[in-house]
This record gives sequence, C-alpha cells and structure tokens, in this order.
Amino acid sequence: MSKRKTPGLNTGAMSDISFLLLTFFLLTSSINTEQGIPRKLPPPKADDAKEQKVDINKRNVLNVLVNFRDEISVNGDVILITDLKSRAKEFFANPANDPNLPEKVSKPIDGIGDFQVSKGVVSLTNDQGTSYNMYVQVQNELQRAVNELRDETALQYFGKKYEALDSAAQRAVTTAIPMSISEAPPIDYGSNGAQ
Amino acid sequence: MSRFRKEGKKETPELNMGSMSDIIFMFLFFFMVITTMREASLKVHFTPPKATEIQKLEKKSLVANIYIGAPINKNENTLPPGEVSVQLNDQTIKSEDLVRDVREFIGTEKESRDAQDRDRLTFSLKVDQDVQMRYVNTIKQELRKNNALKINYAAGKKVTN
Repeated sequence: MSKRKTPGLNTGAMSDISFLLLTFFLLTSSINTEQGIPRKLPPPKADDAKEQKVDINKRNVLNVLVNFRDEISVNGDVILITDLKSRAKEFFANPANDPNLPEKVSKPIDGIGDFQVSKGVVSLTNDQGTSYNMYVQVQNELQRAVNELRDETALQYFGKKYEALDSAAQRAVTTAIPMSISEAPPIDYGSNGAQ
Repeated sequence: MSRFRKEGKKETPELNMGSMSDIIFMFLFFFMVITTMREASLKVHFTPPKATEIQKLEKKSLVANIYIGAPINKNENTLPPGEVSVQLNDQTIKSEDLVRDVREFIGTEKESRDAQDRDRLTFSLKVDQDVQMRYVNTIKQELRKNNALKINYAAGKKVTN
C-alpha cells in the first residue's frame, strides 16, 4: 500500500467561529467606563473633633453654597457656574497678596525650593435638594481651577505641564498647590473661625 | 494536437485563508483582554454627568460600584419618598436595611481583595445626573462611617471647545 496523504483540515469555519466570538466581545466590552472625579472622604469621627478645633481664619475660607435650585453663591455673591473657576483660581493663587484672600506660608519643597503655599480651604456646602449633576459640575470647576494652577506652576518650575511630569515632580507640584475642599456640615465661620 | 490549447481559461488561484483566522484571533484576544464584564445587570437608570477634569481609575479590579438612580422596574425597592433606588451588587436595597446592607457590601468587597490592596479599593458612585444630593449624602455618610474613604464620582467626558 502506498502512503496516503493526510487530507488537509478545512479551516474555513474556524474564522466563522472566531468572528462570532469577536462580535460577542465587541458587543459586551465597555472601554474605560471607570472614570470620574476621585475624592477622599474625611476619616470618621475621632479625628473630626480635632479638625474643627483648628483655627480657620475667615480670609482663608471660600464658602461655596449650592442651593436646591442649583444656584451657587461664593462668599455671599450669587454667581454662575462659569465664573466659579476664575473665582476659585483667584482664591487659591492670591497673586496680589490681597488681605481678603488667603494667607500664604513659605514652605521648602524638593525640586521647587521655597514656595508660597496658600492656606486657602474651599468649604463646600450643598442643599439636600441639589441635583447631582450640579454637584459634580461644582467639583469639576474647583478641580479645574486647581489643575490650571498646577499646570502653571509645573510650567514655571519644570517647563512641562503637570501631566507630563514624573511622579516626584508631580508630588512637588501637588504639595505646592494643595487641593483642599472641606465638605463638613455647615459651620458658622463668622463666630467660630476668627477667634 | 493539444499543443495549441486555447489560452485564457486559467482559473484564478485560491486565496490562502489560513492567516485570516490568526488575524481574527488577534482581535479576539485584544477585546478579551480589555473587556470587563458587567457583573450586575443594571436595575436603575444611570446617565452619568459630564465633566472635563476626569481621571481614569488605576485598576478596574479595585473598584466597587454603587449605583443610584430612578428604578427601571416599578416594583424595585426605593428609598423614601420613593423615586430613587440604590443598587449594590445585583439588587436594589430597602431603605430600612440601608445601613446594614451598605456595611455588608463594604465588608465583602474589602474581604475579596488582598490585604495590601484593601486601602486602594475605590468605591465608584455611579449616580444618575438627576438624582438629588440627599441620597448621595446618605450613602457617603455610610461609606465614611465604615472607613471606605476612597470614592469616585463617575462622570463622562465632556467635549470641550
């Protein structure tokens, strides 16, 4: 008997099967849905009492209030969401050392040197009836103000935008421009803060 | 004689389809790797708000989702006054069990991660944009009480001009 050749397998259907699987994964996959605005909640209870004892000067607080009609007031002025970023930016930067805007403390930072770090804190209070959308918009605008300041600082000291820096430099910039939002329940800063 | 056979009757040679399946498999693996299955079917309407300053979360395996929104089915459990449901895992929770359920949810989510990853576990609040803050505040308070401090407000990318 002569040797028979093994017949070639018909692999035509293989691509059909893999196409089927491919379409399945195409349909079920969701790319990058895990994105959003990351935040840290303050630790519970015990540390809270300590936190409130810290003397917060009135000039160091930017009171942002959002009411149930999604209207925003900043330190008593009713403003639009589009103006919030510039207000927050001015507050954190305080370029002209205005006595009504937050004080700054000189702090040595690795890679930057002495830097005037703002002591400003945004106190964010929202009404129970505020819509979540507005809440996120406010958080977003505040974040945008800080991000723009960080970009400016990064450009000034490292010649690159914040995103392009390595982690050590990013840490330095983050120390220079801290993001401080306090979401404690409303406190009367007028009588408590400036003792 | 067959010497002068008519020309032009040549058949087109068949294409070799063997590597086609390789290419498709490559695609397949790509999608298999990047895909994450939705573990729970959604019981609430969820349209994320749009924001510009969003960040990607570092690791998908270290994210636990909490959905808040209007229920899709009328007979889901809702929080008073009855327009908004909170979904943990694959079910909406009753308002009287809220405290216990959230605590258990946080506990099981933390336990299913390695010890060194527990502090990096992020709770992603997937809240519909029309929900009022009172529900979000309730959940945030519970998270805070249970020491689940890393949270994320899920948001979509806003196209800037």
